Parts: sequence; C-alpha cells; structure tokens
Amino acid sequence: MSEIRAEWPLYEVFVRGKRGLNHVHVGSLHAADPETAVRNARDVYTRRNEGVSIWVVRSADITASSPDEKDPMFAPSGDKVYRHPTFYEIPDTVPHM
Amino acid sequence: MSTVTPEAAPDAEALQAQFDDVIARNERIEPRDWMPDGYRATLVRQIAQHAHSEIIGMQPEGNWITRAPSLRRKAILLAKVQDEAGHGLYLYSATETLGTSRDELTEKLLSGAQKYSSIFNYPTLSYADVGTIGWLVDGAAICNQVPLCRTSYGPYGRAMIRICKEESFHQRQGYELLMTMMQGTDAQREMVQESVDRFWWPALMMFGPPDADSPNTARSMAWGIKRNTNDDLRQRFVDMTVPQAQVLGVTLPDPQLRWNEERGAHDFGEPDWEEFMRVVKGNGPCNAQRVAHRRRAWEDGAWVREAATAYAARSAVLGASREGEER
Ligand SMILES: [Fe+2]
Ligand SMILES: [Fe+2]
Repeated sequence: MSEIRAEWPLYEVFVRGKRGLNHVHVGSLHAADPETAVRNARDVYTRRNEGVSIWVVRSADITASSPDEKDPMFAPSGDKVYRHPTFYEIPDTVPHM
Repeated sequence: MSTVTPEAAPDAEALQAQFDDVIARNERIEPRDWMPDGYRATLVRQIAQHAHSEIIGMQPEGNWITRAPSLRRKAILLAKVQDEAGHGLYLYSATETLGTSRDELTEKLLSGAQKYSSIFNYPTLSYADVGTIGWLVDGAAICNQVPLCRTSYGPYGRAMIRICKEESFHQRQGYELLMTMMQGTDAQREMVQESVDRFWWPALMMFGPPDADSPNTARSMAWGIKRNTNDDLRQRFVDMTVPQAQVLGVTLPDPQLRWNEERGAHDFGEPDWEEFMRVVKGNGPCNAQRVAHRRRAWEDGAWVREAATAYAARSAVLGASREGEER
C-alpha cells in the first residue's frame, strides 16, 4: 500500500485577519484533504484570533512568475513614471489635489 | 508549485553576485532564489534542529499535564504545549521551502541524523520545573529567537516572528507560577530553588558552545543567518535573568556570578562543556526516552494517517462521480 503510506499533500494557507482585509499567506501545512487542511490551519495559524476566514490551496496548484527579481516580466512597469501622481507638477495654490 | 520559465538561465557567477547583493543590502532570500549549497545546507540543519526542539520540547512539560495542581494551571500548560507543537509546524513548513520533505525530517529526527536542543534531555521532576522551564528555558529561547526574526532567509524570519509573539506568554506564565510557589510554604520555596539549581546550567548551554569552539558562527553571520554570537547571547541572557531572580527570591547556583562595573555586565562561571557534549552525543539523562516516545507517537499514529488518506481518496472518487451525475 505504498500509495497510502505516501506523505499528505502540502497546502498553502491564507488568512483574513479581519473584515475589510485581504487574505494573506501565512505558511503551509500537510493534510489528507482540503477540509482537514482548513481545520488544521485553524489550530496551527489562528490560536489567538488571528483570523476570521481561511483559504487553503494545494501548493502544487499554484503557478508563479520566475523567482528572479530582475525578471523582464516586471520591466514594463519600471519605465512608466507617468502612472504615479508625483509625475505631475501642480502649483501649491491649487487646493485639494 | 510550477513556474513560468525564464528564457535563458543566468550563469553561476551572476547568480552568486545577485545573492551576495541581496545579503549586502540586508534584504531577504526567498525560497526560489538561487542560493549557495552551503547556505541551504546550513539553513536546513539549523531550522530542522529548531523545529525538532519545539516538537521534542513538548515532552518534559507534557509529562505534568495530567497532574497539574489546578484547572487553571492545566489549561495554561495545555495551551503552552499546544503552542510548541505549532512552533514545530511553522518551522517544519519553513524547512520544506528549502526542498526537504516532512517525512525526511521526521526520519532524521528519529535516526538521530538531525539534533534537537540538549535542554530537553533533562527530566522534569516536580511541578516547579514547569515554571522554571517557562522562565529560564523559554527565556533563553526568546534571547536566541528575537534576533532571528531578522535572519536573511525569509520563511525562517517569518516563522520566528510568529513564534516570538507567542513566547512571551510562555515565559510570563512560568515566572508567575514560580512567584506563586515562592509565596507558599517553605517546602514549595525549596522546590523552586531545587528546580532552578538543576536548570540554570543547562539553560546557559542552550546558546551553544563558546565562540572559540563554534567554527561555523562566522560564516553563518556573514550570510546573515545568525545575527549574534553564542557568547553574546549568553551574556545578554544572564544580564536579563539576574534581576528577575532577585525579585523572585531565588539564588542562581553560580558562585562566580557578580556584577562587573567595568564591563557593565555580569561575570559568570563556565558551564560544564563536557556534560554538554555528552548530552549532545546522546548520553544525557533522557535522550533515549525522548526519541523513543516520539517514535512511538509516530508509529501509533500511522493508522490515522492512512485512514485519512484513504478517506480523502474515496471522497475524491465519490465527488467526481456525483459531479458526473449532475451533468
Ligand atoms: Fe516554542
Ligand atoms: Fe515556548
């Protein structure tokens, strides 16, 4: 029964700290299925009211960009300074801007 | 996790330069970054040892759960021991980001290939030990762990931040327990002193061998894995603990312990490093018992793991066929 002996799959855990906030990645854990992953995540990651909602997702199901920080994938946003409010010169006399 | 593959892999020198650059800027290395083999191996050894310590560390205190003197103390001790399990899990999860599997970690703990802190190889002989462990052992752990929140490996630092938030409760419940006993009978006060006498030196050993005998410290510090030397942290712990002992009314069992005006720090005696090596090598009072207990828990739990896996497989099949019917 080597299939049954195999390690439980790894789940990534995301917790919403309170209403109004995004779910944030907090870590990972092993579980046999998604339901037990949620239950275990409660015990491992929210013992002190750290959350009001938990998401779990199989680590294997995540697709990520390449790890390199100098990845050309992020280059297009680097040279578009006009996307930032500070790019525009407005006289100090103009209120509420 | 799968990755969108970059077109061309950068060469080894460029990778090393990038790694060095991140370390120099005091930024964090993240799991999928390139890292030197030595850096990875050092992290796996250190984080695994740390994780195993949390897991084995449940045993000395767990020993007293059924005999806690009140419901209040029992609830506190249960919560504390459960936290230690959580700490072990945060750290195993961080170790796994380096490419080791959980089963491999468990195996290496059971075979002795990976170590855990020598402190947990000492027995807990009275309920005062629960207090002393919280005060001195968790206290020493806090000293060690607070600087590790800034360690250069992201997942390790994040695990340490979670852990440090919880450790303060551990230390304070221990100190409060001892304070309560010190306000009790003579016999209770003696029990506290006897416990402190047993744990003081092993607690000092938790910081590891003296700097002169710790050849890897310099490299670990250059990599930003460690932030302070063993001796620095030991000194900090002694300086923090002495006034706490005074308030408590116990004596720390070191005749050489005194304030050094010139250094602005306490002088103190040398722990018995031969004893330390003996315990690290597996010949402490409880080494065999601790590992045997962990092995039994792991083996006795096998049917639960297998049943859960079988249930998950069965549910997946049932779920798929039900979906088919609905269509
Ligand atoms: Fe802990
Ligand atoms: Fe603790």
